[in-house]
Amino acid sequence: MTVGVMNNGKIRRRPAWASPLIFGVIVIAVAVFSFMKNPSVTEAVMSAMIRFAVPLMLGALCGIYCERAGIVNIGIEGQMLLSAFTAYMTNVWTGNLILALLAGALTGALLGYFLAVISIKLKLNQIIGGTVINILAIGITGFFYQVGMTTKGKFGPIRLGPLAKIPLVGPVLFNNPPITYIAFLMVIISHIIFFHTRWGLRTRAVGEHPRAADTLGIDVFKTRYLNTIIGGALAGLAGAFLTLEGVGTFERNMTNGRGFIALAVMIFGKWNPIGSALAALLFGLANALQTQLQFMGINIPHQFIGMIPYALTIVVVSGFIGRSRPPAAEGTPYEKE
Amino acid sequence: MKTTTDTPVLETKDITKTFPGTLANSKVSIRLEQGEVLALLGENGAGKTTLMNIIYGLYDQDSGEIFLNGEPYNIRNPHDAIAAGIGMVHQHFMLVPVFTVLENIMLGAEVMKGPFLNKTQARQEILELSNRYGLEVDPDAVVEDLPVGIQQRVEILKALFRDVKILILDEPTAVLTPQEIQELFQIMRHLTESGVSIVFITHKLKEVLEIADRIVIMRRGEVVGEANPRQVSEHDLANLMVGREVSLVVDKSEAAPKGVQFEVKDLVVKDPMKGLAVNHVSFAVRAGEVLGIAGVQGNGQTELAEAMTGLRKHEGGTVWISGMETPQANPRALVEHGMAHIPEDRHKHGLILQYPLTDNFVLCTYYKEPYSKHGVRNKKAILTTAEELIKRFDVRTPSAFISAGDLSGGNQQKVIVARELSRDVSVVIANQPTRGLDVGSIEYIHKTLIRLRDEGAAVLVISSELDEIMSLSDRIAVMYRGEIVDVVDAKQTTREELGLLMAGSKS
Repeated sequence: MTVGVMNNGKIRRRPAWASPLIFGVIVIAVAVFSFMKNPSVTEAVMSAMIRFAVPLMLGALCGIYCERAGIVNIGIEGQMLLSAFTAYMTNVWTGNLILALLAGALTGALLGYFLAVISIKLKLNQIIGGTVINILAIGITGFFYQVGMTTKGKFGPIRLGPLAKIPLVGPVLFNNPPITYIAFLMVIISHIIFFHTRWGLRTRAVGEHPRAADTLGIDVFKTRYLNTIIGGALAGLAGAFLTLEGVGTFERNMTNGRGFIALAVMIFGKWNPIGSALAALLFGLANALQTQLQFMGINIPHQFIGMIPYALTIVVVSGFIGRSRPPAAEGTPYEKE
Repeated sequence: MKTTTDTPVLETKDITKTFPGTLANSKVSIRLEQGEVLALLGENGAGKTTLMNIIYGLYDQDSGEIFLNGEPYNIRNPHDAIAAGIGMVHQHFMLVPVFTVLENIMLGAEVMKGPFLNKTQARQEILELSNRYGLEVDPDAVVEDLPVGIQQRVEILKALFRDVKILILDEPTAVLTPQEIQELFQIMRHLTESGVSIVFITHKLKEVLEIADRIVIMRRGEVVGEANPRQVSEHDLANLMVGREVSLVVDKSEAAPKGVQFEVKDLVVKDPMKGLAVNHVSFAVRAGEVLGIAGVQGNGQTELAEAMTGLRKHEGGTVWISGMETPQANPRALVEHGMAHIPEDRHKHGLILQYPLTDNFVLCTYYKEPYSKHGVRNKKAILTTAEELIKRFDVRTPSAFISAGDLSGGNQQKVIVARELSRDVSVVIANQPTRGLDVGSIEYIHKTLIRLRDEGAAVLVISSELDEIMSLSDRIAVMYRGEIVDVVDAKQTTREELGLLMAGSKS
């Protein structure tokens, strides 16, 4: 240290990822313990956790990009659903999975642009904008979807060489289809973007205090547009994951509330990519456990077990995790003087 | 055109700017010389900030030109201004509260290492700047945790980090204690010595005389005069500012206080963010005296006023009027006990802007006779009262039916004063009664408050303007971090003593 650091008014703060991390450590401990007792079931539950977590992770990232720039996006559900559909249809028509993936991401990005126009240019209520997207997606997919279409397949797992041989960790983490890897990669990239690049610093400033950003010559509108579009593309990836990687086919309303759970995940992770990824894994685990519990035939009505992830959402959102503060300017259109 | 050897660093020529309904700047021409402090003096609404916002690129002028070092320069947005070496510290700070000092300073002028932010180097540069100019600050502190005075340093550092040649300070002293103001002035001298030219916007006469090298006075969007601080007095400046003869001192006779009429005992108000906003405060006001509550903004005065006037629940303590304890959070009961309240935020708590003046005048009494009989309003009685009050309190309005929101700030305040002080009151709580008003209106409101005192009311004035507190009060209580630090006699105390108390040190 060459420079002395003064200490006026400095307060230690708990980092955003702290509470999800505590949960994460507990989960790992439990997993290791149960792996020693029953390896195959543990592996299955962990893999299911990842499968459930990926769309939530991507959905939450979408929320983070939008809200960090000051745009509330409750249309993630709709963005995921319509993207799942276009990805699926592209797969049906072309049989090209890469093309299908791009179609999904593009759909999400376009819906992101739509939300951006509504909330930045037209300055309409952003909650209504998001709701419009949700209703639009249900309507369009319901209208155009026909039962009985077939595809040539879905993304298969890619083994990452020797890494995949590590017990428990290998099969769970390093033997996955491509979108899963992309999701994890995007979490890390997003974290770097938000906290270590110019773009991230400016985006956060725009979401917290747009006028301050404006007085420093930062283009508030452009920043908001681009982030909402990037976020949309990520939600699109989440949708593509469902039809190209997770399920392999399209069903009506197949997102089933994941877009909203993604928002809870984002809040739990305190608008932080890594925190949200950990939170997504926790939700994934809750989901995997409920499936497993149903298989095991425990004497609880399956409806109750099925509730676990949703009950968890309510608990998390109702503030169990402590105060989680959203970006100050979110939801308010910026107007130049 | 006159040719001079040294061209001004900044010059505006005939800048005109209109907003719907108002002429904010009319052919404004000013010059800023290298290394000087130019004070731009004027009342609120005189067009000072508008002019600076034009120079900083936040507004476009309707006509007129800006010259930098003699060359015409077209400033379309803040980006152009920053590029030209112009920095501005806004009246309401433009800092991101959750960012660190470092992040705030480098935002928009990031130090990069490849695609990544280079915080190490930025920290180094900030510390160098802060050493060079004596602006001590911790680069890694989060801005919202810092006191306002330090936040202002961050704003100045932000400008220096961008290598400013011209620094605009918009009402920089409004939020500072007298001691912090002295520190700011030292910083300003330091800056001018190293070649920075400063435009200092204010409406405070004392400060102008102390720091400025030259004074330009604006009134109603026009430059009305220029003065040399060594050759003018406060009185001259005030007259220039207002455009007529004004009296800066409140004429008042010796107070003749009687028994205690208003008392606050051990009042506690909690704030979810800050803990105890009002920390066990007790004081008493006698009939026929003015108690002033001084303090830098944000030390619990707002919460105290809201608790006393029933706008907010308090967690402990009692409020007494004429020996009777009043119920909690019940404004109507307080009104019926004889309390008048001039609120801090006249738009939020003082008026219903959409309502006509007639209804605003009877907001406290509309349910009583003669304004209402068996639940039906008597519009004629309301109108009679409204017209009488408009005349008596000199409210400038075309009619009694105009919406309160359409009046100017000064006239809105007069409506509130008229409503509150025309009733039969025993306690007056006036919170920032003259904020944002012109000298003329201030004079009027001060006179009215003193008149009520002489008629036997207990008057409590809360203000962050030290001059106002000193000229109105008989006794002065100083608030700091939710507590009353001390109560002093207004005739014996000095600005210096009050300033120290406002900064929390008990003499």
